[in-house]
Amino acid sequence: MIEFVDVHKSFGPKRVLGGFNLKIEKGETFVIIGQSGIGKTVALRHVAGLLCPDSGNVLVEGVRVNGASAATMRKLRGRMGVLFQSGALINWMTVAENVALPLSEHRRFPKKEIDRLVDEKLDLLELGDAKTKTPSEISGGMKKRVALARVLMSNPAIILYDEPTTGLDPVMSMVISDLIRQMQRDFNVTSLVVTHDMKSAFHVGDRIGMLYGGELVQVGTPDEIMNTENPVVRQFINGDLEGPIRAQ
Amino acid sequence: MNGGLNGTGRRLIGIFDLIGSRVMEFFDQAGYTVLLLVRAFYYLKDAPSKAREIFTQMYFAGVKTLVVCSLVGVFTGMILALQTGIELQNFGMQYQIGHLIIASMTREMGPFMAAIIITASVGSAMAAEIGTMKVYDEIDALEMMSISPVKFLVMPRVVALAAMLPVVSIYIIVLACLGGAVVANSILNVSFNVYMKHLYKGIHFKPIYVGLLKAFVFGLIISGVSCAYGLRATSGELGVGHATRSSVVASFLMVLIIGYFITAIFYG
Repeated sequence: MIEFVDVHKSFGPKRVLGGFNLKIEKGETFVIIGQSGIGKTVALRHVAGLLCPDSGNVLVEGVRVNGASAATMRKLRGRMGVLFQSGALINWMTVAENVALPLSEHRRFPKKEIDRLVDEKLDLLELGDAKTKTPSEISGGMKKRVALARVLMSNPAIILYDEPTTGLDPVMSMVISDLIRQMQRDFNVTSLVVTHDMKSAFHVGDRIGMLYGGELVQVGTPDEIMNTENPVVRQFINGDLEGPIRAQ
Repeated sequence: MNGGLNGTGRRLIGIFDLIGSRVMEFFDQAGYTVLLLVRAFYYLKDAPSKAREIFTQMYFAGVKTLVVCSLVGVFTGMILALQTGIELQNFGMQYQIGHLIIASMTREMGPFMAAIIITASVGSAMAAEIGTMKVYDEIDALEMMSISPVKFLVMPRVVALAAMLPVVSIYIIVLACLGGAVVANSILNVSFNVYMKHLYKGIHFKPIYVGLLKAFVFGLIISGVSCAYGLRATSGELGVGHATRSSVVASFLMVLIIGYFITAIFYG
């Protein structure tokens, strides 16, 4: 479904991904964990076609993303949604207008049908009351849910979550994590989640991979990661000061 | 001695390197802006579906700048009348002041003043708004929804400014003429009737259409440059600040340069 094959990416002299390999199966939720600034979001952006690897390939549903034509990219993005860290809602639009955006801009459906779908998604995410509010009038957690509602409008087969729980309180983090699980359970969505929130990672992930030094140093089920002997992973999940990881 | 020569050589290379990179940067940005405008023209076919956004931007450029445009218009006319009127008075020709004001305002000052106000108040806000959208992933989010940022953001702003700059210019010209009338009447002892008679004499078709053309082109330049800098903003809030500042400087420079060439083409 999603495959990284020997992906290398550098920004100037800084090597971010160096021989990154990963295969995510259909319907699976894969979580990439790692320090801030280590390259998790960079990996995710490669899947969305927002970044291009220096070498190697990124495949989505067997189609090469890097170097894909505009038409192929449009088709791929039609089956994909990204939940950005900030929510990336359009500030001058209401919640309802934001959620309707993927359909209203392309005028694929009549307005009545779009309104019905918006109400359906807002109800699913318990956002009915916020319909007429603007993003500046709602909380961080609500923004994430609105962004998720917008992603769901195009019924994506793949959802990419960029730090979905960052900046949220523990209860709201769990609400968002539950929603990620619900998406997989109810819609069989394939998900790639990047986070450094370990509680959320263990809750949502079918498999977890730790990114360190430009590659995944360990991939395993939540149980395998929790009981790992790998010193890098151990230090990271326990938040130890001593170990191979140095603060960046 | 040798070390000094090497040091001078290194400094020279450094200077040429800096100049070279600045020139490359300028052409890169200019090329990007032109391509952005071309793409915005392509999406003109979708303008009716973006009517709300176009009118919102027109409101910002027109209604929101009304007070500053009024003050700038009136005082520009008053300054022009005072500065040139005193000189004309030495030759006993102060009654010609109306002619002089309408000629200088329609040919150059009206569109130029409008461009300065719109760059400072609307263009800078455009660059900052789009720059903020860029650094907070909103532009990427649009791309992910297969929504062209050029159609969604740039085209409505280009249409709005290209339409509003001529309107703002006319407004400034009219107010400058009124400001000039006040000074002509109160300081230069030119009656309102005489002032208006010579002002009407100074109205010619060519300066008006060239002036309006200039204003229209300035609208394209300011919107194109501001959106281009906003879309290329990087590095968080600092990058947005840099994009905003650069867009204002580049817009001013381009307005001056292109303004000169339009004058040269029609009057040269």
